Amino acid sequence: MLYRETGQFKTSYQSDNQIFPIRQDRVAISCLLLFAAVAVPLFASPYMLSAILIPFLIFALAALGLNILTGYAGQLSLGSAAFMAVGAFASFNFIARLPGIPMLAAFVLGGLCAAMVGIVFGLPSLRVRGFYLAASTLATQFFVIWCLTKIPYLTNYSASGVVTVQKMQMFGYEFNSPASKYLLVLAIVAFLTLLAKNMIRSSVGRSWMAIRDMDMAAEVIGFRPLRTKLLAFAVSSFYCGVAGALYAFAYLGTVEPEAYNLDLSFRILFMIIIGGVGSVLGSFLGAAFIVLLPVMLNIFGHFLGLPTNYASNLELMVFGALIIFFLIVEPHGLARLWQIGKEKLRLWPFPH
Amino acid sequence: MKRIKSILLGAALLGAFGQTIAADQFVALPSYRIGSYAAGGSGIYGGAIDYFNLVNANGGVNGVKILWEECETEYNPSRGVECYERLKTKNGGATLVDPLSTGIAYGILDRLATDKIPMTMLGYGRSDAANGKVFPYIFPLITSYFNQAAGMIKYLADKNGGYDKLKGKKIAYLYHDSPFGKEPMPVLDAQAKQYGFELVKIAVAPPGNEQQSQWLQIRQANPDHVILWGWGVMNSVAIKTAQRNGFPREKMLGVWWAGSEEDTVPSGDAAKGYSAMTFNTPGNYPLIDDIRKKIYATGKGNLAEQSRIGSVYHMRGLTMGVLWVEAIRTAQEKFGKGKVMTGEQIRWGLEHLDINEARQKTLGVFGMFPTVKTSCDDHEGSGAVKVQQWDGAKWIAITPNWVVGDKALTRKLLEESSLTYAAEKKITPACLN
Repeated sequence: MLYRETGQFKTSYQSDNQIFPIRQDRVAISCLLLFAAVAVPLFASPYMLSAILIPFLIFALAALGLNILTGYAGQLSLGSAAFMAVGAFASFNFIARLPGIPMLAAFVLGGLCAAMVGIVFGLPSLRVRGFYLAASTLATQFFVIWCLTKIPYLTNYSASGVVTVQKMQMFGYEFNSPASKYLLVLAIVAFLTLLAKNMIRSSVGRSWMAIRDMDMAAEVIGFRPLRTKLLAFAVSSFYCGVAGALYAFAYLGTVEPEAYNLDLSFRILFMIIIGGVGSVLGSFLGAAFIVLLPVMLNIFGHFLGLPTNYASNLELMVFGALIIFFLIVEPHGLARLWQIGKEKLRLWPFPH
Repeated sequence: MKRIKSILLGAALLGAFGQTIAADQFVALPSYRIGSYAAGGSGIYGGAIDYFNLVNANGGVNGVKILWEECETEYNPSRGVECYERLKTKNGGATLVDPLSTGIAYGILDRLATDKIPMTMLGYGRSDAANGKVFPYIFPLITSYFNQAAGMIKYLADKNGGYDKLKGKKIAYLYHDSPFGKEPMPVLDAQAKQYGFELVKIAVAPPGNEQQSQWLQIRQANPDHVILWGWGVMNSVAIKTAQRNGFPREKMLGVWWAGSEEDTVPSGDAAKGYSAMTFNTPGNYPLIDDIRKKIYATGKGNLAEQSRIGSVYHMRGLTMGVLWVEAIRTAQEKFGKGKVMTGEQIRWGLEHLDINEARQKTLGVFGMFPTVKTSCDDHEGSGAVKVQQWDGAKWIAITPNWVVGDKALTRKLLEESSLTYAAEKKITPACLN
């Protein structure tokens, strides 16, 4: 009833091309952003901000990065955590070695370093596809972590290899309260998401999708696979790199190679599989599912007063069962469920 | 409907319960009972909880009961930070924490001073936190990795007949390729230079369930001793691979995270004769009898298998419980008996711990762990270790006395390292009151 587009006429190309063609969507997303930027930092508890929302946003950004590569350009990757590690360690080193560098610049430079590593490790994608490519990106994962543990320069000669990161400072302002960190992360994530969405809608995104759907055909109609694939690797790695830097600076407060292990790569891959491959919204839904659900289950287990060892194991089992359940009900991910819901809503209450 | 009602009623009761117990001493246990390291997590946290239950059953600390809450971290830094944030404000605020994970500890390190919650790190890094002037809220109690490494060299020297006999010897250092495995290297390198033994470092990529090439390297090098600095599945694999390659287990010396029943039992016969470091003397103590009688006999025990009572991890957990409760007691003596202490007050208590032999006897833990006396300069309080050997069925202490390595060296190293940290973080080293 409320969700109806009757009377909304598109009279210009501009209005036809906007991200949210339906007015209700536009209103809803503006409300959501306003809520996230104003109400949340005002009213949410520090726990909510620093332990739930910040990691959620950071992982959503990493999942978005992988989604660009896997979902839009069709290149399977198991190296997301490695790119995050490059971003985190590079940002750390830029701040440590170039005193006075603005933090945001360090994040961007960290992302660019990750992009360069991504381009190098994306080269095999020109020859190998699918599972074979996944195996070769696995090499990124091991190589990067190996470098970080082996080259003491990268960890600033710390004996243990774990480094506490610098304080987040910009123009004399220090981001140390949970709310300020949250707002910074939100701003970066919102900006990069908008950028990604527009990239995907533009010719760049279309070239990625052409390559994904059939690279031979794409080449025939004039897309250059080398450029397109490497660009996808670069952009995706940049996103992961920035997410990694945020993970280190805004969430953990440390950088250590172990935090970016293969397990994390898999988790990011699961996020996009569950959220929806090839969907911006899916990256966010998937991140919410993988990051928040175990926490919710844990809290719920405690609420029921179960003994901890049962609660912990139960949490794992329920989590696994839910993954299987969602994949059976909707193999295309939560984003697809959302889309179906929206389509139903447009017809409601008269489905025929 | 009835079920919903009863759940709601239960929740309401729980809420009411939560209010009445607000006058208890709340401590946070970000534990891990699932995942690769569950054996360590369930044993150690189980031990601590058993001890808290015993203290509460005996009337608490001067009447103040201990209240704790667990939160599953899976040994994962990201979840650990979440758990810490969740627990720190509950029940009037957590007043003590120990995540039993280097990664999580580093993640919450900076938050602790702001939140004024002390953290103990029982048997793990970072070693330089022993300098209380730089790390006022961090307590690597009993023995840090630095002192453990020094203790290992001391033990190996004694075995060979003195430090001078180490000259020309070859010691292989087989380590978990992670911050954990790299932490003792400064100490080992310094001692190798000082005493003229050769240190062959061989890394094992975590988790370490395949070590054939590393042991071939060891066989080629043919060292006089192998130090096994491992964790989790790596340990039993190392022991089994050593057997396959015909390397005598008597020449292997494990770190204390490679010295529990969970490491030796899976290796079967291969583990016989293998020795490892510990800061608990294996055996039975009046306290463990008490726990069996008062806790497990009444069904309140935390371990699922009663056979694990008194095992290495369980005893380590009991030690943690004893140290925490003693810190609360010490704090109460200064700030008022029978009162609930704040995090800052417990921090004071941890800094003024004095668990001497007489106190250990009163507690029924005489000889279970070395005597602990902390100060602002020394948040570690001891630095002593023991060596235990697996006889095929149980651990036996093979050093009758506590072994203390070159503490002057470790002190120098930790001063340097902590001052670098202070300079990085712009902390002015000073004692808190």
